[in-house]
Amino acid sequence: MIAYLIRRILYSLPILVGVNLLTFALFFVVNTPDDMARMQLGIKRVTPDAIEKWKQQRGYDKPLLLNSAASGTDKITGTIFWQKSASMFVLDFGYSDDGRSIGREITTRMGPSLAIALPTFLIGLVAYVSFALLMTLFRATALDMAGVALCVLLMSVSGLFYIIGGQFVVSKLWHLVPISGYDGGMGGFKFVVLPVVIGVIGSVGSSSRWYRTIFLEEIGKDYVRTARAKGLSELAVLFRHVLKNAMIPILTGVVVIIPLLFMGSLLTESFFGIPGLGSYTIDAINAQDFSVVRAMVFLGSLLYIVGLILTDISYTIVDPRVRLS
Amino acid sequence: MPVILWSDALVFLLLAAGIACAWYVRQREHLLLPWRRVAQSATAMVSLLVLSLFLLVGLLDTLHFQAALSEKNSGETVYSPEVLSVFDLLVTPLRTQTEKTYSAPLAVALYAKESIEMPDGKVLREYPRLRYGGAHLTDTQRQDSDILWRGLTGALAGLLAGLLIALVGKRWLAQRGWPLRALLIATLIIAAIIGMTAKLAAAYHVLGTDKVGQDVLYLSLKSIRTGLIIGTVTTLVTLPLALLLGIAAGYWRGRVDDVIQYIYTVLSSIPSVLLIAAAVLMMQVTIDTHPQWFDTSASRADLRLVFLCLILGVTSWTGLCRLLRGETLKLREMEYIQAAQAFGVSSLRILTRHIMPNVMHIVLISLVMDFSGLVLAEAVLSYVGVGVDPSMISFGTMINGARLEMGREPMVWWALASAFGFMLVLVLAANLFADTVRDAFDPRLNRTEMVA
Repeated sequence: MIAYLIRRILYSLPILVGVNLLTFALFFVVNTPDDMARMQLGIKRVTPDAIEKWKQQRGYDKPLLLNSAASGTDKITGTIFWQKSASMFVLDFGYSDDGRSIGREITTRMGPSLAIALPTFLIGLVAYVSFALLMTLFRATALDMAGVALCVLLMSVSGLFYIIGGQFVVSKLWHLVPISGYDGGMGGFKFVVLPVVIGVIGSVGSSSRWYRTIFLEEIGKDYVRTARAKGLSELAVLFRHVLKNAMIPILTGVVVIIPLLFMGSLLTESFFGIPGLGSYTIDAINAQDFSVVRAMVFLGSLLYIVGLILTDISYTIVDPRVRLS
Repeated sequence: MPVILWSDALVFLLLAAGIACAWYVRQREHLLLPWRRVAQSATAMVSLLVLSLFLLVGLLDTLHFQAALSEKNSGETVYSPEVLSVFDLLVTPLRTQTEKTYSAPLAVALYAKESIEMPDGKVLREYPRLRYGGAHLTDTQRQDSDILWRGLTGALAGLLAGLLIALVGKRWLAQRGWPLRALLIATLIIAAIIGMTAKLAAAYHVLGTDKVGQDVLYLSLKSIRTGLIIGTVTTLVTLPLALLLGIAAGYWRGRVDDVIQYIYTVLSSIPSVLLIAAAVLMMQVTIDTHPQWFDTSASRADLRLVFLCLILGVTSWTGLCRLLRGETLKLREMEYIQAAQAFGVSSLRILTRHIMPNVMHIVLISLVMDFSGLVLAEAVLSYVGVGVDPSMISFGTMINGARLEMGREPMVWWALASAFGFMLVLVLAANLFADTVRDAFDPRLNRTEMVA
């Protein structure tokens, strides 16, 4: 197990290197730092001096890959690639355009992001699985058809509508919770409720339908017939047999997003004014703060890879037949 | 003077490819069979009817031209810098009859009070009358009855036209086993709605006007093209990438497989919104630092749309590629492939003759399933700030513009409602159609009931 994990982590290093090279190419080769400086300073009336100054302030005044002016290891380390891109491997994300440490921002903003994303994820999982089980229980009846129709309808509504509509009805018409804002501790509860509820409703359609397909696939298998032949009630069959056996396909889709919960949701956070990583990313995109976007891309793929490894581990927990070696 | 923007050219290319495919399938009974199953489903056909109306608007909106300005000094004609489409021409009143600012649907007065100077010199705070909306009314008291009358006559005219279409269509579709009754009802409802809207739109702003006084109905109809392009042109990128790489990885395995797997694992390990955001930001820098590339603002906005499709394509081919790789891995062990190999058939021929046709159902299913997701993604991306050009009319830019007016009292709801409503109809129709297509093409599903 340990040996497998170590090997697995080593395997994922090349992928991270690939992500790093990709972002490097995207941010520094497609457009040179000169282009970015010109963009940031305004296209017209920009002097070469101003560009040089902008680059120097941000440490972009070095060669991209090889510093032939320097000597020794500085040839490699004195480059943009080394200082801006490779440094992310040790989680050194550098500074944003307004001079703050990105690493510090990430650690402080993870909390609020998690406060929204984790309850949304847990409540959502329970709700979707129960709804899907209910549809499976009443499969091929009018109730099931209505459930599927509802799912398709909910799927077809834009995610923005849930947020805007929810804010309008709950906060503006009924005055139940504040429209936006965030507070740590228990006082934050009233800010968290609406985003969580909307987040859960937002993907009820696609998720429930997906779980329903999984359950329906399981319910056609032979062990289910055996269980029924033993005289088990339909409920017992569903909960004791089908749910357990559906764990592997469910885990495949679910565990991988757990680490990504840290990143929060772009839309929810920016609409509800939650100071998490999602709104941080949106602000960076709007301010064209490339170093922050670069850091978030790298962090996102790092967390995704962690999620893949966790998925493998989770298989061994739910299915004793799976051995990692 | 006709103008072909980049996206127009790609749409024409897609259309030609679509027609070629349809013609190819028509010749072959075994390929036609699953489509016959689709044609028997009432939901699918009604959805297709709705989709084809959207498609019609989108296509009319794709035929672009620059109007010739009458030039006094003789010699060469000068063309207007404004790029219009045939659709713009058809709905010229909607496009040109702009008000000063917001007005509610079917309103005769502006949304906000203004100071109006009366003939006798006094200044009055009042809701000013609209320039066009309900301008024919001398007495605003009669507004309700006028709307009712116009709506009813419009709907009636629409119904008559719908009946006419249905009568013609029925004769044509008679023996095909299509769900005639559902199609008839849908045609009548749609025709009535169109008739009513058209009659009302001649005198009112049916869905109100936005901040700069543009008709919201016009904006919603124009947004259809953007949504359709995002949903379809993206496949021009995903399809070749996924098909070539997926099949190559599955068929040759070994080194080729390793490299291709590495590429798609790297791409799919980046959360897609972030990758899209990064790529779009970079594209924006390129566009902004090279203003000399674009002669009209329309061509700039258009190129940005094409790039967005490209980026969406590059970020979304990995899922399909993985599916195709898995299927090819399975297929290459089949007896008929091994027989072909034993006969010394070249790899290229095996791939094109034996493997490609057998993975096409996966390609088709994933393309129709992705369409609605892409239409919805456009709105979200435009909100995040990495979507289409702000000057381009789309559902995303409409929602974005209207969102800021949420706090007004009374609320400006009509632009939001129209954008969401149009999007819902489009995406719902696409989803329902996609579901039927998947059911008809997926060999895993039990087919016994359908045959009987």
